Amino acid sequence: MRLDCPLPKFDFDIITLGHGSGGLLTQRLLQSGVFDVLKNDLLDQQHDGAILELSGKVAISTDSYVISPVFFPGGNIGELAINGTVNDLAMCGAQAKYLTLAFILEEGLPITEFWEILVSIKEAALKAGVQIVTGDTKVVEKGKGDKIFVNTSGIGLVHPKANIHHNRIKPGDKIIISGPMAAHGIAIMSLRKGLEFETTIESDTRNLNHITQQLFDLFGANIHFMRDPTRGGVASVLNEVAGMTQLGYVLDQKQIPVDEQVEGACEMLGLDPLYVANEGIFIAVVNPLIAESFLYQLRKEPEFASAAIIGEVVDDHHGKVLMKSRIGGRRVVNYLTGEQLPRIC
Amino acid sequence: MKYLSEYRDPELVHQFAEELHRITTKPWTIMEICGGQTHSLVKNGILEMLPKEITMVHGPGCPVCVTPIGIIDEAILLSEKPDVILCSFGDMLRVPGTKKSLLEAKAEGADVRILYSPLEAVTLAQQNPDKEVVFFAVGFETTAPANALSVVQAAKMNIHNYSILASHVLVPPAMEAILGDPENKIDAFLAAGHVCSIMGMDEYYPVAEKYQTPIVVTGFEPVDLLQGILMAVHQLEKGIYEVENQYVRAVQREGNQIAQETIHEVFDIADRSWRGIGQIPKSGYELNDVYKQFNARIKFSLGETAIDGTNECISGEIMKGLKKPFQCPHFGKKCNPEHPLGAPMVSSEGACAAYYHYQGIESKELTETV
Repeated sequence: MRLDCPLPKFDFDIITLGHGSGGLLTQRLLQSGVFDVLKNDLLDQQHDGAILELSGKVAISTDSYVISPVFFPGGNIGELAINGTVNDLAMCGAQAKYLTLAFILEEGLPITEFWEILVSIKEAALKAGVQIVTGDTKVVEKGKGDKIFVNTSGIGLVHPKANIHHNRIKPGDKIIISGPMAAHGIAIMSLRKGLEFETTIESDTRNLNHITQQLFDLFGANIHFMRDPTRGGVASVLNEVAGMTQLGYVLDQKQIPVDEQVEGACEMLGLDPLYVANEGIFIAVVNPLIAESFLYQLRKEPEFASAAIIGEVVDDHHGKVLMKSRIGGRRVVNYLTGEQLPRIC
Repeated sequence: MKYLSEYRDPELVHQFAEELHRITTKPWTIMEICGGQTHSLVKNGILEMLPKEITMVHGPGCPVCVTPIGIIDEAILLSEKPDVILCSFGDMLRVPGTKKSLLEAKAEGADVRILYSPLEAVTLAQQNPDKEVVFFAVGFETTAPANALSVVQAAKMNIHNYSILASHVLVPPAMEAILGDPENKIDAFLAAGHVCSIMGMDEYYPVAEKYQTPIVVTGFEPVDLLQGILMAVHQLEKGIYEVENQYVRAVQREGNQIAQETIHEVFDIADRSWRGIGQIPKSGYELNDVYKQFNARIKFSLGETAIDGTNECISGEIMKGLKKPFQCPHFGKKCNPEHPLGAPMVSSEGACAAYYHYQGIESKELTETV
């Protein structure tokens, strides 16, 4: 979906400190920019905050986005900021309803770039079915930011059948991944200065709220746990969960989907895809009795066609993640320490 | 993935493993030279597939691990000069110097850049004529040609604000140092495939002959490693000691002659101090007199590199194959990737990092129970 939102006629080409002053320039940017694009009844009131009506269990989440570069193959910081918070809520079993949106802009940001990000935000919000109801814009001096930082906070209604908690994970549960891992991190890496390489790999940024709500409709509390493996990748999420539950987790490397190009890039860069960031997949830990039908339902959607059961929970090697290698050996999958750094040879 | 998946074929791996079990009758100790091979052995769980008679010990082929602490301190010192951009391969950044690592120097404001190729550093020098760009040229024979080429390029382009801090080490002298050690227990070597793709195999014949030790030039994938081990055990069981090539898809006996010529154009063979092992004669490269204006040591008058002080890290014993990482009292406790006592814990080719990441801190226990 591409929105037809032509850039309005501004009498400025770049963001300046004045746009964050709260004065006339701020008003011009907001009135003929932000408010116009993101238009909805609650935002249109332009109040200090939004008054909402909600009933039932509510989930809340917040996240800040500081990605560099802000435009990358498959998306930009705007849609990432929407999908990220929508997905964090989805992992709680919730359907995101309302978001707040805050920008920290660096002086000198071209208005065309800001506009493109804004339009992406609108598109992503429409796709996810979420409303942006309040926000904030600040500008920092050149050199004090990295073009644009975005924060989104969201609240959502928890699905009545959902009951997500790490203490519901039991030995025997199956670990399911919704799609191939490591695409987002590698797409970003392909643009980083000094590492540029030609590729068609795109970020996997997407919302996960619709699919997870469908799965909760069908499988409810048989879904014991859900998490989106963003920073630190699949390995970090599973290590966290292993630590919290003090159960053992066993992965089967053969079953873990990785796109061939992504795998090739990881080989070349000396990175382990298990630790590379994702923005559009989730890991679910489910009752083994429903694992196959869960997978069947998930795979019906083209976006999740390569979902797979990648392992199981065991009452052994407590607090640790092990992986059966492709050739049948076993290894520990540990936490990542610091950043993954490219190697010498 | 073409040229990779074939060498990760579980069927083939099991065939080689079975054959190995069939032919092994005596205990043998085999050292894989390269840290990349160590990681592949541990990461893929190959060690568990070997007959119990075979002990793999992990060699010194981790360039980061053998770089003396004094040279890391020099790199940090240079990075903290206001007009210097210090460029390095990513591996070096986390390695602790005496007081801090390059990563910590970077966090404190030093201009440290991670590059994939030294040629990018030459471009950086060209783009920043008011800065001094220094490339931290670490590595075995594998990285030497590209590092040498960067110097040749800079000279051709008349770039005067580029230099390298060379800490190049060579495999054959290290093998001889290990074999000549009175405590040596190594029966055969898996030589590092990528080093031989540059240097060829000729240097290894005299070593195999002198120490009556089989040497098999081996690749890095599971099939490569099992086949390499199988070839070594074949020789050991027959009582012969030859230089063989398992990595035929990448290594020719004469190596890459253009790369060798580039190395010899800019580097002389020099004595080198190896972290944890000590001085090994004629075991490294240093820029020759023709290219000395690109030598950061001369350009910045760095003087004598400090000798390693005492350290609780037992990297020397690890890299000579005398101890396994889990036999170090600090492994996973006082020494871990966040607070390393030495380089083998943080380098992507370090043996301690391999055991820590892929076997966990109770690695001995895991190896025994699996």
